[in-house]
Amino acid sequence: MSEYNFAYLDEQTKRMIRRAILKGLAIPGYQVPFASREMPMPYGWGTGGVQVSAATLTPDDTFKVIDQGADDTTNAVSIRKFFEKTAGVATTERTAEATVIQTRHRIPEQELTEDQILVYQVPIPEPLRFLEPSEVETRKMHALEEYGLMHVKLYEDIARHGEIATAYAYPVKVEGRYVMDPSPIPKFDNPKLEMAAIQLFGAGREQRIYALPPYTKVVSLDFEDYPFERTRAPQDCGLCGANDSYLDEVIMDDAGRRMFVCSDTDFCRARREDGHQGAMAAAAEALT
Amino acid sequence: MYVAVKGGERAIDNAHAWLAEERRGDPDVAALDIAQIREQLALAVNRVMAEGSLYDPDLAALAIKQARGDLIEAIFLIRAYRTTLPRLGLSHPIDTGAMAIDRRISATFKDVPGGQVLGPTFDYTHRLLDFALAAEGLEPPAVAEAPVAPDAVPHVAEFLDREGLIQAEVASDATPPDLTREPLNLPAGRALRLQALTRGDEGFVLGMAYSTQRGYGRNHPFVGELRIGAVAVELDIPELGFAVEIGEVTVTECETVNQFVGSKTEPPQFTRGYGLVFGQTERKAISMALVDRALRWEELGEDNVGAPAQDQEFVLYHADNIQATGFLEHIKLPHYVDFQSELELIRKLRREAAVARPEAAE
Repeated sequence: MSEYNFAYLDEQTKRMIRRAILKGLAIPGYQVPFASREMPMPYGWGTGGVQVSAATLTPDDTFKVIDQGADDTTNAVSIRKFFEKTAGVATTERTAEATVIQTRHRIPEQELTEDQILVYQVPIPEPLRFLEPSEVETRKMHALEEYGLMHVKLYEDIARHGEIATAYAYPVKVEGRYVMDPSPIPKFDNPKLEMAAIQLFGAGREQRIYALPPYTKVVSLDFEDYPFERTRAPQDCGLCGANDSYLDEVIMDDAGRRMFVCSDTDFCRARREDGHQGAMAAAAEALT
Repeated sequence: MYVAVKGGERAIDNAHAWLAEERRGDPDVAALDIAQIREQLALAVNRVMAEGSLYDPDLAALAIKQARGDLIEAIFLIRAYRTTLPRLGLSHPIDTGAMAIDRRISATFKDVPGGQVLGPTFDYTHRLLDFALAAEGLEPPAVAEAPVAPDAVPHVAEFLDREGLIQAEVASDATPPDLTREPLNLPAGRALRLQALTRGDEGFVLGMAYSTQRGYGRNHPFVGELRIGAVAVELDIPELGFAVEIGEVTVTECETVNQFVGSKTEPPQFTRGYGLVFGQTERKAISMALVDRALRWEELGEDNVGAPAQDQEFVLYHADNIQATGFLEHIKLPHYVDFQSELELIRKLRREAAVARPEAAE
């Protein structure tokens, strides 16, 4: 693919994106507008994440892409192939080996290190969007640190349902300043947002980049008497037996039998290679 | 079954192969070539160029062929290609007054200097299927030679302008902003709004314009002038020190004349809406002019009646069909992690509700 520059984007565009990333890192949780480009995949398919990855990758990087925690979901395959083709970088499915990880909807189970960058694909970067549809208004609310509306929403949840009825894209407060959307990760992943790796968030269609530098304080919004609660299916992984990972629920047959398996396929594979076995490992083996 | 979600890579390859086969259709039927699409589906080509923001009939025809005739998909192909192109320079503003006119009509004056030129229009055709077209090899009747239009045909609005009856547009040499290079920031000035509208989805802009006609921000438009034709594109060449013509583009320009009763700041006068679109695309150009006019309520001191077409955030954020279709269709992608967390939440809430109201659980 000699017609295209390394990692597809031209160097001017990458420079523009890197400036937005640096600004985002300097003001954690603040949404930096950037001139998002049309990418050769549709908006909503991760164009923000792809642009951030393209501006971040160097020829020496090792790249991993996950969607729903898995390396082999169709869109993860498609994005990984895109960078194999346009950047020629090494790719991996092993979390520990990757230097840049692009993700949609999950944070890997394995703890990330200071040598890694986690790039999120973000559909709607504005945590206040569904409370206030106007971008002009929400930018004003962030500028004035006017987050009362969000707390009212959380309070109304409790009044109506007895608890905060947000299961994913659970809003967080960054370094005591900006309320931020962590992208649609399950709230199970929220505590992992405080990590050693750099976290970059790219929203292509909405033209926003934001970031969390390593070890940034990230607090999930809650109330003293209704503290934030991390939830997962109360089962063990059917394949590797893990009881602390986030699980997907898989419908097995017409009778509606269920199986629960790790959503993080690399984590699950590593555990099985280490000899862990879940209750349904043998049955699943027979199917493949 | 768990195995069903595996094998994404092979599934993609197979899907692409099948798509290629479907695109070709029955191999016993001759394949379309690019020139046929360019020449015979010219209005589709025009729409792809306009909303793709790239004037290249051959590439647009290729995109239509590759997209199996799905014009939004074709526009997407052109956009993704366009974004990789280097910017060599900025042309001079095109001079639509010097247009080589194919079509030029005014609905406000019976006759105007330069004349009314109907041109190649569907307007007065009867929409009866022409079964003769289905037969191959029939050539259309020869067209009588058109009288040569004068070199420069004045804009109709100029005649109102001379009398001071129409609000004057302030000339500016400022470089217009480019929303393909800068993120959209609101409030957006008129130049940026016009850029967003000219590459906006034809259906969306039409719907917005239609809504103003039906009373949601009504602005009483007349088509002061609609003109279609080729204009020269000139670029300064620094090495030469002067501008040279690098080519020509066909555009459709529409200027509406709108009633205006005056406001606190402006006397009663006519006002204008403006539409300019690549190719022969008059539905789009007229729609654009109506929406442009509706969005000008603030500068003209009109009331905001809360109409969608007056809300620039609403119009500008939703006019782009590539953004819209991408986000709409992305809900086809797997969301099972989020859905799983919703499942757990719903189950939990139902358990709690059952405990609170034991009779309901029976």
